Amino acid sequence: MLISKDDRLSFEKSKPGRRGVTLPRERFCSADPLQTVPKHLLRQSPLLFPEMSESDIIRHFINLSRKNFSVDTHFYPLGSCTMKYNPKVNEWAAHQEKFTALHPLQSEETTQGILEILYEMEEGLKEITGMDRFTMQPAAGAHGELTGMMLVHAYHASRGDKARRKVLVPDSSHGTNPASAALLDFHVVEVASDAHGCVDLKDLERHLDEQVACLMLTNPNTLGLFEKNILEIARLVHEKGGLLYYDGANLNPLLGLARPGDMGFDIIHVNLHKTFSTPHGGGGPGSGPVGVKKHLIPFLPAPLVEKAKEGYRWAKGDPRSIGRVKLFHGNIGVIIRAYTYLKVLGREGLLKVSEAAILNANYLKEKLKPYFQVAINGPCMHEFVLSLKSCGAQGVHAGDVGKRLLDFGFHAPTVHFPMVVPEALMIEPTETESKETLDLFVEAMKQIAHEIETDPENVRQAPFTLPVRRPNDVLAARKPILSYRDMVREKALAAEVAA
Amino acid sequence: MPYLSLTDEDRGSLLRTIGVRSLEDLIKDIPASLRNARISLPEGLSEPEVRALITRLGRKNTTTQDCLSFLGAGSYEHFIPAAATEIAGRQEFLTAYTPYQPEASQGTLQAIYEYQSLMTELTGLDVSNASHYDGATALAEAALLTLRQTDRSKVLVARSAHPHYRETLRTYLTGTPYTVEEFGFDANGNFDRNAFASKLDATVGGVIFQTPNFFGVMEDLEGVSEKIHANGSLMILTADPLSLGVFKSPREWGADIAAGEGQPLGLSMEFGGPYLGYFVVSQALMRRIPGRLAGLTEDADGKRAFCLTLQAREQHIRRERAGSNICSNQALCALAACAYMTLLGKKGMREIGEINCDRAYYLRQKIAKTRNFQVNTTQPIFNEFRVISKKPFAEVELKLKTQRFFPGVRLETFYPELKDQFLVCATETKTKEDLDQFAEALSQC
Repeated sequence: MLISKDDRLSFEKSKPGRRGVTLPRERFCSADPLQTVPKHLLRQSPLLFPEMSESDIIRHFINLSRKNFSVDTHFYPLGSCTMKYNPKVNEWAAHQEKFTALHPLQSEETTQGILEILYEMEEGLKEITGMDRFTMQPAAGAHGELTGMMLVHAYHASRGDKARRKVLVPDSSHGTNPASAALLDFHVVEVASDAHGCVDLKDLERHLDEQVACLMLTNPNTLGLFEKNILEIARLVHEKGGLLYYDGANLNPLLGLARPGDMGFDIIHVNLHKTFSTPHGGGGPGSGPVGVKKHLIPFLPAPLVEKAKEGYRWAKGDPRSIGRVKLFHGNIGVIIRAYTYLKVLGREGLLKVSEAAILNANYLKEKLKPYFQVAINGPCMHEFVLSLKSCGAQGVHAGDVGKRLLDFGFHAPTVHFPMVVPEALMIEPTETESKETLDLFVEAMKQIAHEIETDPENVRQAPFTLPVRRPNDVLAARKPILSYRDMVREKALAAEVAA
Repeated sequence: MPYLSLTDEDRGSLLRTIGVRSLEDLIKDIPASLRNARISLPEGLSEPEVRALITRLGRKNTTTQDCLSFLGAGSYEHFIPAAATEIAGRQEFLTAYTPYQPEASQGTLQAIYEYQSLMTELTGLDVSNASHYDGATALAEAALLTLRQTDRSKVLVARSAHPHYRETLRTYLTGTPYTVEEFGFDANGNFDRNAFASKLDATVGGVIFQTPNFFGVMEDLEGVSEKIHANGSLMILTADPLSLGVFKSPREWGADIAAGEGQPLGLSMEFGGPYLGYFVVSQALMRRIPGRLAGLTEDADGKRAFCLTLQAREQHIRRERAGSNICSNQALCALAACAYMTLLGKKGMREIGEINCDRAYYLRQKIAKTRNFQVNTTQPIFNEFRVISKKPFAEVELKLKTQRFFPGVRLETFYPELKDQFLVCATETKTKEDLDQFAEALSQC
């Protein structure tokens, strides 16, 4: 048995008297200062934290970690998530005490090294994307989008252009796009995709008017296609006085090939946790620097790092700045990892990454074509979408194929997204995978295609080799049990009912 | 580039299978005018070279380990157990994605569930999300939540709360139909009860307090939640989670939402991030909480299982009708905090609170005896307090810097009226000798 069957919570392993860490006994004050604190400021209710020994805690968490798929253990072809390999030298860099032990409010002269990294990272991003200035504050892609929408609002407001209350998003866009725009109270309007999966120019023109504040676009889009009309789209949006926002989720295949800044984008966010190889951490932390063209620089969150004769420093904020979007300067540890990656990559590495990402995706698509329906024919960029629509007769859904893949030791692709493709399986192999891995994946998919024909029930019931099988999410949502306390209460309730 | 696996031979083989001659045949959709941008970047470095570079850059920093630091103000130096670092460094946690496939993510899901359980226990409230970006953004989204829930337009915030929290809040509300108003503090740094009461009107949806507040003072919130609730508003409390083993919990103060910064729970200062926004709400607000939630359920064979739940609140389902746009969060930081809290356990969480108080009270008493520095020795504090200098603070700072001290955070930067005042923080990381040395250095100023 490689994976522990023990599924108890730490709370359920607790035993009074055990402890995981010891703390200094010595007190410096002659009398306990808490005795002088008014009683009503002190905690009254007991704190029911688990009591466990260090060794038990380590075993508890290490066993949990083994119940995970991860990039370091499995191929993870999750579309739009760019699950590339996370280099270890990045981890080494971010863990140096010379960075981890820096306080965010230290003076400039004591933080020249980290300020240089922030400055140089911004310079690198400017070169790669063709933008003029970046803020490193946003903590994630969606946080970058929100910052972007604030910039859109500030820009139009500064021009007295108050009628611009509309933000356009393609119907294939990530959910964060409309959600970010809605936070600024923009009215979100969807633009249709054409038969090739790109923005329908006619539909775009129909929606474009003097009320449009911005068009948010992912390029390549979520179908893995480059928006070939991008220059025309930019012209149309700008002609009507709108701004163009670039969702950087799919920047990876453009490294060294083409730059959003040259395409006409005014604002962009970059997902350092995708394109720049920083680990996803089971959901975060990420980092979503936001870059802008010249006309939007004054509105960026302050402060920004600048290079002066005597060294690096925080620039004086512009009065037009939208203000701070984060407690301190950004997810610095993530930025150090991305900077290290950028340094290893270098100029020549950019093209190698995008080339391999594109080749791997097209190769997989070509190899899978005999067994599954490809949503859009023709070459793709870094990812592509399969449609399981034709498996309806067997009652097999895209999600089922994802589950069955887990039994073969592959993480599932993104399933049921983008919504414009029925029964979508979105596959992004990334550049770091070998041909051998891709071939094994193809073999697994081939077998699953065969099973769909011969034994669809097996696919519908999968997976069979993992610690759990098909957790009931309907039950979880109908009767939310979200903490140990909820569990205890539920149990007591059940006992009461039984009695 | 050691991270790529394709050999020249592989590339040829892939191209043949795809049925094209070169990469160019695959990227014809990119307009020619966009190609060949001149990108100016240096050549890539080998691992020894990049390590030398990072080491060189690191040496340009003077850290809180190179000096004796008393900096706090929203980022705190604390002891982090080696076991916590090991756990958070596990690559199976580190390199996993969001647990959308529960069968392949029970590790992450159970860890999040335990984190949620610890946070509800610590704050006393009912539902914790899986993490937010940081304290400032969690607080801003908490404010939005109260406004939507009450259908009102204004949020009140104590001016004794962290200036960066308040600035982030203002940024978040600009461009929305909502406004933010502040109420002041008295000479001792406690929130001003009269100003608070006078601003509480029918437009107020939420009221924000911080305790310990920015000045390190434990706010006395007696009677506050009653006033807020009588007004039909909601109360948001941002507390230092490490203080809650000892001091009153947000639930005990009557708060509806606890939102703030979890960095003290075992995360290094790292020049400001990645940190951990915690976000815990009362049962009544469960369906409005932003971000991911791990829930308990059963699998197809009736076994205990965990999965993300109540996802209908979130952007990937609800799109423009979602209450928040958050997607990526700070999951690994929540895991680190979970490991930290589990290691400290029931006794440790209380003791760490006691020790922080002990160190800060001891130092405050010592500074009270100096000639040129003044402190209020009767105010309840946790691990930080305000010092008023009789000499220009710039002078003091310069002098102490040469003796390798980071004496504290200058208050005038945030509150122009608080000239020559600074915040001093002392946690369990300081020895008696450290504190004596610092007090001695101050007495020489």
